[in-house]
Amino acid sequence: MSADSRSQAAGAGLTGLVAWIKAVFRLPNDDPRKTLAVALVLCLACSMVVSATAVSLRPLQERKAALALKSEIVKVAGLGSAEVGLDAAFAQIETRLVDLDSGSFVEGVDVLSYSYRDAAKDSSASTALDDADPAGLSRRPDRMPVYLVRDAGQLETIILPIYGAGLWSTMHGLLALAPDGRTVKSLTFYEQRETAGLGSEVAGESWLSEWPGKVLLDASGEPVIEVVKGTVDASAANAQHRVDGLSGATLTSNGVTNLMRFWLGPQGYGPFLATVSGRERG
Amino acid sequence: MANTSVRLLLEPIVDKNPITLQILGICSALAVTTKLAPAITMSIALTAVLVGSSVIISLIRQQMPSSIRIIIQMTIIASLVIVVDQVLQAFAYELSKQLSVFVGLIITNCIVLGRAEAFASKNPPWPSFIDALGHGIGYSLILISVAAIRELLGSGSLLGVPILPLIKEGGWYEPNGLMLLAPGAFFIIGLMIWAIRTWKPDQLEKPEYRIHVVHRTEAQ
Repeated sequence: MSADSRSQAAGAGLTGLVAWIKAVFRLPNDDPRKTLAVALVLCLACSMVVSATAVSLRPLQERKAALALKSEIVKVAGLGSAEVGLDAAFAQIETRLVDLDSGSFVEGVDVLSYSYRDAAKDSSASTALDDADPAGLSRRPDRMPVYLVRDAGQLETIILPIYGAGLWSTMHGLLALAPDGRTVKSLTFYEQRETAGLGSEVAGESWLSEWPGKVLLDASGEPVIEVVKGTVDASAANAQHRVDGLSGATLTSNGVTNLMRFWLGPQGYGPFLATVSGRERG
Repeated sequence: MANTSVRLLLEPIVDKNPITLQILGICSALAVTTKLAPAITMSIALTAVLVGSSVIISLIRQQMPSSIRIIIQMTIIASLVIVVDQVLQAFAYELSKQLSVFVGLIITNCIVLGRAEAFASKNPPWPSFIDALGHGIGYSLILISVAAIRELLGSGSLLGVPILPLIKEGGWYEPNGLMLLAPGAFFIIGLMIWAIRTWKPDQLEKPEYRIHVVHRTEAQ
């Protein structure tokens, strides 16, 4: 068969296909073949529109999300103000990458382009948590970014990204600690999809304002912080390790306890905090 | 023709308002109206989905097999909602976080499917466009007025700009916490429906039954 006749045959096949499609669409609307054809065409068209939008807008969305994260970091660091721009405020913060197991800084890696979310999905950059996974992470990234605020060279604030499972969603937050590595300066959850009006209060200012001053670790360095059910008895000896629960959102509250304990423990920032605060773990 | 278009556009704004007459779309009217900014975003998002889905459904109405009619309408609406959600995430990140699930819930908003089924699947694209736009405006009008009242009385501000100085900031206004809760929206929408039906008695519904009053001496 020559190339010419082959292309002719293909042309005839194509014309046949078009004619067949036209015939299907000329069928009465209630013909099952027509129903199938319409469903197929509609699904194809809709999925193309949806995926085209999602793919084409993704870079913009990621840029917006990165910008929002920056402003959250600046806010939790207590540096945000109208007169200093966001970039100027962020420039005061030292961004480092920490190897969680050793607790030491990783040098020579571009921290700003590092995403712990991508790392958690990458089996070469994360560790599976099969038996002990209280925060519901399933895989823990081996490296995490940390943000340090210094005043005249003196460490003032340590900001740690934390995340873990709540009731419905993975809650992503930022925890600002004093240089002792155990006292909370500020806390925020910037991404969560908990029950609107109940669990979503986890990101509400009134609840987050309970946190500053709380001490997350006990004398031996064990994470003992707990979000309790109801309110904390302020006169109790352990009141500094306890935070009021979110009413109507026990599972979200437990999620916060679990993720706090995980991230401050030996599999989380424990080794790093021990190094940075110059204290020996018991 | 021009007259019909004007009628189609204006009717749903007061006379056949989707919220106050048809009592549709109440869920979002309660959920996103504590502040004005998310209510405006939600109004634009819903109007965009409504107009888009009505025009598309109207264009393909001759080819729609009636057995899968509703599924086709839902697929188109759902696709448009995802597109709108993605656009919001790209251009209004903060607002899209505040609206959270409610943009997604436009899919289940009765107004959208209601117009698709009742109007767009039986009429040409242009009237469907006008009808959808009118219903979008009618919905937006109520949503934005409810949100304005709730934000003003509940937080003493409009679009985040302080209007009534709050006591805790040294002013004189004690915010009404009820306005920030869902019942506050129920009260406002209820009062609005009452006011509109007093103004336009045509909208009053006929009682479905009459209570028969029996005097105690008649009762056995």
